[in-house]
Amino acid sequence: MAAKYQRGLHRFALLLTGCTLLLVVAGAMVTSKDAGLSVPDWPLSYGRLMPPMEGNIFYEHGHRMIATAVGLLSIAMAVWLWRSASPRWLKITGLAAVGGVIAQGVLGGITVLWMLPPAVSSSHACLAELFFSTTVAIAVFTSRGWQAGAVPVEDRGLLPLRFVALFLPVFVLFQVALGATARHKAIGSIYHIANSALVTSAVLYVTLRILLHFAKHDALRRSAIVMLVVTFAQVFLGIAAYMSRLATADAVQPIPVMVTFTVMHVAVGALTMAASVLLAIQVCRNVRRVAAPQASARYVTVS
Amino acid sequence: MKRWVGGALLLAPLTWLYSCSGSESRSNTAALPLAQVDATNGATISGKVLFTGAAPVMPVIDMSSNPTCERQHGERRAEIVVVNPNHTLRNTFVWIADGLPKARWQAPSAIAHLDQKGCTYQPHVQGIMVGQTLEISNSDPVNHNVHAESRVNAAWNESEPPRAETRLKRFQEQEVLIPVSCSVHPWMRSYVGVVAHPFFAVTGDDGSFSLRGVPPGTYKLEAVHERFGRKQISVTVAPQQSAVVDFTYGS
Ligand code: HEM
Ligand code: HEM
Ligand SMILES: [Cu+2]
Repeated sequence: MAAKYQRGLHRFALLLTGCTLLLVVAGAMVTSKDAGLSVPDWPLSYGRLMPPMEGNIFYEHGHRMIATAVGLLSIAMAVWLWRSASPRWLKITGLAAVGGVIAQGVLGGITVLWMLPPAVSSSHACLAELFFSTTVAIAVFTSRGWQAGAVPVEDRGLLPLRFVALFLPVFVLFQVALGATARHKAIGSIYHIANSALVTSAVLYVTLRILLHFAKHDALRRSAIVMLVVTFAQVFLGIAAYMSRLATADAVQPIPVMVTFTVMHVAVGALTMAASVLLAIQVCRNVRRVAAPQASARYVTVS
Repeated sequence: MKRWVGGALLLAPLTWLYSCSGSESRSNTAALPLAQVDATNGATISGKVLFTGAAPVMPVIDMSSNPTCERQHGERRAEIVVVNPNHTLRNTFVWIADGLPKARWQAPSAIAHLDQKGCTYQPHVQGIMVGQTLEISNSDPVNHNVHAESRVNAAWNESEPPRAETRLKRFQEQEVLIPVSCSVHPWMRSYVGVVAHPFFAVTGDDGSFSLRGVPPGTYKLEAVHERFGRKQISVTVAPQQSAVVDFTYGS
């Protein structure tokens, strides 16, 4: 990893991340406002590139426009990474992001043409969170902090920290999938709500273990704190989303409180997903497993 | 050579099965005797859809997302539950759900209409027959999409810009009720009952319904309301007889 810090590249990655978060918010608005079918055709909208932006067409077509912009940004990002002095795996990550954004666009188009089958809309929702996590990862990989290199610490815990940290994003993705299938009415929301207790416990376990034993390690501490804060916010927003859905179940049209909380829950869901990916990356990079745990002095920090 | 024979042997029963199932499903209705409404000998089933308790207050629709819609109304309330002054329920679909002898009823040549006007549907609930033409028009200066959320019939979703040609649609299977909605204006929702025979009605501002020319027999009469759901009552009629059946909903 001989690559030097490239400020332009990193800034561009940050721009892509910001635009993608905006896109996730715009997409969540489409679902919460029930705007998904307001434009029946795809790839054109009302047979044109630019339909009249009235009523909910604004949200559906606006989402498509932002998605196009993010698609172009992702291609530019991949090209820039490819031509830069970045390690090969980072170049491949850039290409994977392009593959992801194309697949996401196709899923979006299919869900319109097939009139929002829950399986397609839910896949679109899950892939959105994964794509966002990829853009965040690229932003981290191109950052000054990352280029400074790893700071190894030793883990002597009973359960290998690398293992639990790698398991966390998988578990969060499962929780996101349960949320998406609940939101698109394929299954009840009870599974998502019940599993949130388990996910929150897993987050607490991993982050507290890091904060207790590796608090002096900047990258680990920061990732753990971000994970913890974002998860707390997400649980609060989840309860608000649930209560506002319940309270407006009989309404004739989407009510602003419900839209606000469900959209925030989707957006912070993307942040939760990304934070768990980041945490896993930092743990895998910095934490070294040290053989059998000793009875005393289980954790030793090396810096 | 050997393989070719094997393939043919495999294919033959498959094509046979295919042609068989195809002709069978077609003959299902085509081979049935053509039935006619018997105005002189038929019975009449009539009644009211009553509503007990306090009428729920419907919310005022917020049309601010499309000011052109908003300008056409003062305060427009949702039509989900409309209780008439005589304590009856409007927009309830009443039909014979079961009991008619197997027969093929001719769809009327008259065209049914569904209009988009002032960003609402007119009428809110209606019944048509299987195979009858439904003309969907847009009287508004704004764009709508029309989404038939049918489950038995194939669903469709199409845009209908202002001054666009009207859409002519038919449904080939019985389905009560099909929601028809617009996602440009998420408050826009109407219901179409598609029935294989002509014995259906929608309650209006006096909450009454009347089915005429019904062949003698015992039937399951069903009322369907978008918020309060389905209710069934069994009714038996003799030739030329009049039966009165009232449904009661409450909140
Ligand atoms: C390429 C990047 C894209 C991203 C990251 C993205 C992201 C999202 C997100 C986060 C949602 C909300 C899901 C939810 O709340 O459950 C959504 C919904 C939606 N997206 Fe996209 N989207 C993209 C592209 C597209 C495209 C090109 C279309 C084209 C038509 C599209 C059509 C839709 C529709 C119709 C919905 C609403 C689905 C429903 O309500 O069932 N998306 N999108
Ligand atoms: C770590 C915890 C959680 C995560 C990561 C999470 C994530 C998500 C995500 C990503 C979605 C939307 C999926 C999509 O885009 O379609 C969602 C939906 C939902 N979540 Fe959560 N969630 C969590 C906790 C909770 C909790 C504690 C509750 C409630 C008590 C909750 C209630 C809901 C509800 C009701 C929906 C559906 C919203 C709707 O109908 O619009 N969630 N969740
Ligand atoms: Cu409309």
